[in-house]
Amino acid sequence: MEIPTIVGAGLIVIGAGLGIGRIGGSAMDAIARQPEASGKIQTAMLIAAALIEGIGFAALFAA
Amino acid sequence: MYRINVLKTLTFLFFAITVSVSATNIPDEVSSAEQESPVKNLKTEIKEYINHHLLDSYDFTLYSYTNDAGEHKYIGFPLPVILIDNGLKVFSSAKFHHGESVAEVDGQFYAVYHNKIYKTDALGTIEYDEAHHATNEKPLDFSITKNVVFIILVSLFMLLLFSRMANSYKNNPMPKGIGRIFEPLILFIRNDIAIPNIGEKHYRKYMSYLLTVFFFIWIINLLGLTPLGVNVTNNIAVTLALALVTYFITTFSGNKNYWKHIFWMPGVPWPMKIILAPIELLGTVIKPFSLMIRLYANITAGHIVLMSIIGLMFIFKNWIGSPLSFGLAFALSLLELLVAALQAYIFTMLSALYFGSAVEEHDHH
Repeated sequence: MEIPTIVGAGLIVIGAGLGIGRIGGSAMDAIARQPEASGKIQTAMLIAAALIEGIGFAALFAA
Repeated sequence: MYRINVLKTLTFLFFAITVSVSATNIPDEVSSAEQESPVKNLKTEIKEYINHHLLDSYDFTLYSYTNDAGEHKYIGFPLPVILIDNGLKVFSSAKFHHGESVAEVDGQFYAVYHNKIYKTDALGTIEYDEAHHATNEKPLDFSITKNVVFIILVSLFMLLLFSRMANSYKNNPMPKGIGRIFEPLILFIRNDIAIPNIGEKHYRKYMSYLLTVFFFIWIINLLGLTPLGVNVTNNIAVTLALALVTYFITTFSGNKNYWKHIFWMPGVPWPMKIILAPIELLGTVIKPFSLMIRLYANITAGHIVLMSIIGLMFIFKNWIGSPLSFGLAFALSLLELLVAALQAYIFTMLSALYFGSAVEEHDHH
């Protein structure tokens, strides 16, 4: 486990965390505006989160 | 009042047992190995243990232990090994003795190294190259390994379950018993995954595949969390097969609109079209590829982390470290339950999305 691998893994986690955090934040804003659309927003949020996590994992495996 | 008392006692007993068990847990390999580096031996032992649990194996071992005579005892049964190497060779994997000995079949010798079968000579020598990979020849391997057994079992189980459920709809519209759990799930897949993405006209053709893939991935992910040591989705070949099926269905059901959007997308100036066409073509391959990687990486990473934390329990051999590791492993297992269902849902949802884009009618502008 050399240093570049660990630094790379850390960067990947930062990237994925930032992305999913932004999505979660805007999803919560949207639900606060319109509570009746919360089902659809939740669905869309989960899809986007899974996609970003897919990239994150793929990169993590390459590192 | 009564319920809170039961919960409290149960939690207390749970932690009391883990504390007492982990504090007295001293593995006997440490005392028999060299005394200079007992921690290092434990680490390699844990790594082997993790690898053994994550890889496929040619026999079905439920439980193995080392008894007092120093022999390894296994509880399980061997699975058949089917090789194609100048003719069909079928033999039981008991000849491998769990990877320790060389099997001799019809004058050909085979040895197992890192869960792959190689052709060797009578001594079982494996030639390595610089990267410490084996360079022996490999026969074509069609064995029925543990993963194959579980794929077959889960498929049979799903077949029985859903055909019985479908038959019970002939008599009354409300299902009884186990059908009550599955009916809302199936309706959820139809109403929230299939119809919004594929559209009212064509969704029926793809419903069977979407249902199959959803329940298959979910059940197999859940089985991977049990101590049976079954990890089908841990194998990139299995997820590759699922992603390939999605790719083939998308490609073969793509109508003119779909190919037009890939190669000659309307509404874009023509120099951009020529640049974008290979990228879009690559995109059709990369999307199922990402399906494969996403499922494989999520489940494998979860399993590796879980097993490492359980192994951490054996490295900390004191009163505080081991129960905490156990608690962390327990919490992570709960998260893995969510991940199991979520990954199945995501795979199904994205497959439906790709099918929808394949059969989309020309209705814009």
